[in-house]
Amino acid sequence: MNEGLLIDIIIGISIASVPLIFAAIGELLVERSGVLNLGVEGMMIVGALLGFVVQFHTGNPFLAVLAALLGGMAIASIFAFLTQFLLTNQVATGLALTLFGLGFSAFVGRGYTEETIQLITSVHIPILSDIPYVGPLLFSYNPLVYLAFFMVYLVWWFLFKTKQGLVLRAIGDNHDAAHAIGHKVIRYRVMAILFGGAMAGIGGAFLSLVQVPIWGEDMTAGRGWIALGLVVFSSWQPFRIIFGAILFGGITILQLHAQGFDIRISAQYLSMLPYLATIIILVSLRMRLKNKTNRTVPNCLGRIFHSTT
Amino acid sequence: MIRLIPRVENSTAMILLSPLLALTLTAISAYLIFVSILVDIEVSSVFYTLFVEPLTDSYYLSELLVKAAPLMIIALGLSIGFRAGVWNIGAEGQYVIGGIAGSAVGLYFYDVEGFWIIPLMALAGILGGMFYAGIAAFLKTRYQVNEILVTLMLTYVAVLFLSAMLQGPLRNPSGFNFPESRLFHDSALLPIIWEGTRLHIGLVVAIILSLIAWFGIKKHIFGMQIKISGSAPRAAKFAGFNDNKTVWYSLLISGGLAGLAGLFEAAGPAGQLTPGLPQFYGFTAIIVAFLARLHPIGVLFSSLLIALSYVGGENVQIDYDLPKSITQIFQGMLLFYFLACDILIKYKVVLFKTI
Amino acid sequence: MSNIRLRSILKLSLLSAVLAFTSNVFADPVKAAFVYIGPTGDHGWTYAHDQGAKYLKAQMGDDVVVTTVESVEENSDSERVITSLARKNDIIFTTSFGYMNPTLKVAKRYPDVKFEHATGYMLEDNVSVYSARFYEGRHVIGKIAGRMTKTNVIGYIASFPIPEVIRGINAAYLAAKSVNPDIQIKIIWVYTWYDPGKEADAANALIAQGADIIMQHTDSTAPMTVAEETEGVYAFGQASDMGAWGPTSQLTSIIDNWGPYYLSRVQAVKDGTWASSDTFDGIRQGMVKFAPMSSAMPLEVKQEASKAIIDVMTGAVHPFTGPINKQDGSPWLAEGETPPAYPDLLTMDFYVEGIDSKYPN
Repeated sequence: MNEGLLIDIIIGISIASVPLIFAAIGELLVERSGVLNLGVEGMMIVGALLGFVVQFHTGNPFLAVLAALLGGMAIASIFAFLTQFLLTNQVATGLALTLFGLGFSAFVGRGYTEETIQLITSVHIPILSDIPYVGPLLFSYNPLVYLAFFMVYLVWWFLFKTKQGLVLRAIGDNHDAAHAIGHKVIRYRVMAILFGGAMAGIGGAFLSLVQVPIWGEDMTAGRGWIALGLVVFSSWQPFRIIFGAILFGGITILQLHAQGFDIRISAQYLSMLPYLATIIILVSLRMRLKNKTNRTVPNCLGRIFHSTT
Repeated sequence: MIRLIPRVENSTAMILLSPLLALTLTAISAYLIFVSILVDIEVSSVFYTLFVEPLTDSYYLSELLVKAAPLMIIALGLSIGFRAGVWNIGAEGQYVIGGIAGSAVGLYFYDVEGFWIIPLMALAGILGGMFYAGIAAFLKTRYQVNEILVTLMLTYVAVLFLSAMLQGPLRNPSGFNFPESRLFHDSALLPIIWEGTRLHIGLVVAIILSLIAWFGIKKHIFGMQIKISGSAPRAAKFAGFNDNKTVWYSLLISGGLAGLAGLFEAAGPAGQLTPGLPQFYGFTAIIVAFLARLHPIGVLFSSLLIALSYVGGENVQIDYDLPKSITQIFQGMLLFYFLACDILIKYKVVLFKTI
Repeated sequence: MSNIRLRSILKLSLLSAVLAFTSNVFADPVKAAFVYIGPTGDHGWTYAHDQGAKYLKAQMGDDVVVTTVESVEENSDSERVITSLARKNDIIFTTSFGYMNPTLKVAKRYPDVKFEHATGYMLEDNVSVYSARFYEGRHVIGKIAGRMTKTNVIGYIASFPIPEVIRGINAAYLAAKSVNPDIQIKIIWVYTWYDPGKEADAANALIAQGADIIMQHTDSTAPMTVAEETEGVYAFGQASDMGAWGPTSQLTSIIDNWGPYYLSRVQAVKDGTWASSDTFDGIRQGMVKFAPMSSAMPLEVKQEASKAIIDVMTGAVHPFTGPINKQDGSPWLAEGETPPAYPDLLTMDFYVEGIDSKYPN
């Protein structure tokens, strides 16, 4: 195998993992706050549509990404309103959100399946991108790729380096206790849910603006669901999202490349591996937890919070 | 500002009124949508097709019941678990594994005649679903691993496994490589209970099961246990109920029923195992269970409502040449409203001024 | 399915063709319905059928009422959709292989309704089957690919290893090989008909592995957009003209032209002459067409492509003309021999000699 191909494979894996990173890092924050939003797929597809539509009409990639972000937030706000104010069950509401998002995007997007858009071009950072190997591998991506990695850092920084991050985690672990000492549980959770929607929206837009510049119904093809698995895989640790995304996204890419070399591995069994690994990680996490006080699984995940005071 | 004040007791009036309110809100929203997109068509006739025709026409009625039966069976199992606070959200996966296991039995005895084939397939379906949910129960009781996450992960695995089976051992040997099983022979097909339709024995099973569940929850000690563990785990421990037992029972029951539903779908309306088996039934059933407020009899009605939205939505597509997405939007709204209105049962809405 | 059973079905259909002449002539508009597997905006398979339905409506005007239902999954839902349509229509086109069993079941219950099942093989008195000889199209683009490639590697994005897809791969390879003996074909199975992201990933993988020509047997325009982004890579569209997504990269596109067939079948219902039939048409009948040839193609290549089209049209050349061996070296067709539609073409489950990839499973 030559270096050029290896570089191409790595780039391919990076590109395939970006939508997953965006969607998963958003959901990670949501779950850290104790909320389980199964509507990631629905939020992603709305982002994919709005990003495409705005890029088509304005040709301005900044506005396109902004639209995807706002679109993701808008649809997430339905979830936030229902689960946080009307105390609906999160699992059921998240599923309904996915259904609604798929329907809404398909309906609104009907006129856009015939359209083409200008691709958002990759940045080639001068000098750096010319360095052999390192240049194409690190410095020649689309700006959104860098943003994805930056968001991972930002979420990590927020969760572990800021006071608000500490509060958010405390809320996720025990909302009653957090509430008792005066923290605004609902406010934090709503913010987290909106952030999750924004990230899922950008993740979807990456798909329709960068990975494949087309719009098609259901074009997220289950990536939102993979992102949900990825969050668990990461055991709610932001940086592990990157490794997980490379694993989850990379398996598909490697499988495709392997076929080109006529190496036959069953696509299905291979694709099961990340999910099975996730379960093993969950178990090992729990086994370690017995010795340590450090909690990683948000204890209040999916529970309804309501306070009378 | 609006504030929610918990009621001392659940409001009986609201238990009945909230679905009506939700339905009204859905109808108004749907009306607005239809008015804005349909130019030459009477919205009232669209509404008739959507809500009424499936109930008045015997064919559509039969199909409504065909569509509702698996939802009933899965949602029944889920609601029992949810009551106990055991969150099995991977019924989709258990449904698929049950479908595969039961179908494998049917295909193994291909062309063998016998009254025992269907019961054997059903048993395999139940055991398949139980086994699959049992993994989550084992990990929960042994290692305290969150069952929501395990059952969800296993669902992905199950769907991939179905695809692998249909491209491998269960593929129709003379089907030109298309990823589907051969058609089940007559002995492996569910008995039809309404001549000339596809309505199969699954509906009867669903109704019997819901009655059993109803009495079970009311009278049986296990019902008590489930109820108490769900609402107050500590109280359950004081009363001598075993937490682990509840987890095992809940997951085995919900998994087994999901598996049975999967087999019923394959051996009933589908008549073969195909990649399209899941149909999102396992997830939809979660919504069904919540719409029913986890009540076994309520499940019968909420599955009919969801099935109505499918069958009616399909007819609207056909009769008015509307895209499928309209049905999905409509279903999404319906669910949002139903979930939201249930707040009125447990809480009073009070308006107050912010200072 | 055994050979005997299919043959007897074919005989039966001939008989029914004779009997069907006794049907009535329609005074009212004919009600025709179409069941689609995907959304009409996929720009692939379903889009092409929908274009056919639109053509039918445009040609027959008030003499036809067309109903279409999109994204009907191949599970127990499809039987209900087909039944609902059978209650209100005269003729129903079910446009995916997976609708075969539901179509047959419903057809049995509605003997007066005519059914047309695309890509299937089961005929009944009121069920026709129809498919297109897309491999003829693949033959033509194979010739172009063999001439246009600089790396001598063709990348092929394949969906499921069913006979239709295998035929396409073999036809394209043989044609490319005939004009370029050094040609190599790399095949990636994506096991989906429509997943733009995965199709794009597959195209990228093929390009990374040296392919400079991309052929696809999946439905989205994603591979075309990838080719457009990559310098020096050309691609062929699938099912419809995908030139909008590949203004510089699309060499041509195989167009599924169902319109005239739909018109003739619905007209036959109107005239009372509809009879169960088995249609397997190609370039000659106009069921397989091509998008305009790209200006990137040198004149000789264009001429060669035109000649290939004419040769297939006139019957002078069959894309599968012996001697051809199977991949394992065992003989398939003797010198000058061409294969019958059944069983050779319709059940094809092997690669021809020269393709390196292992046959799936």
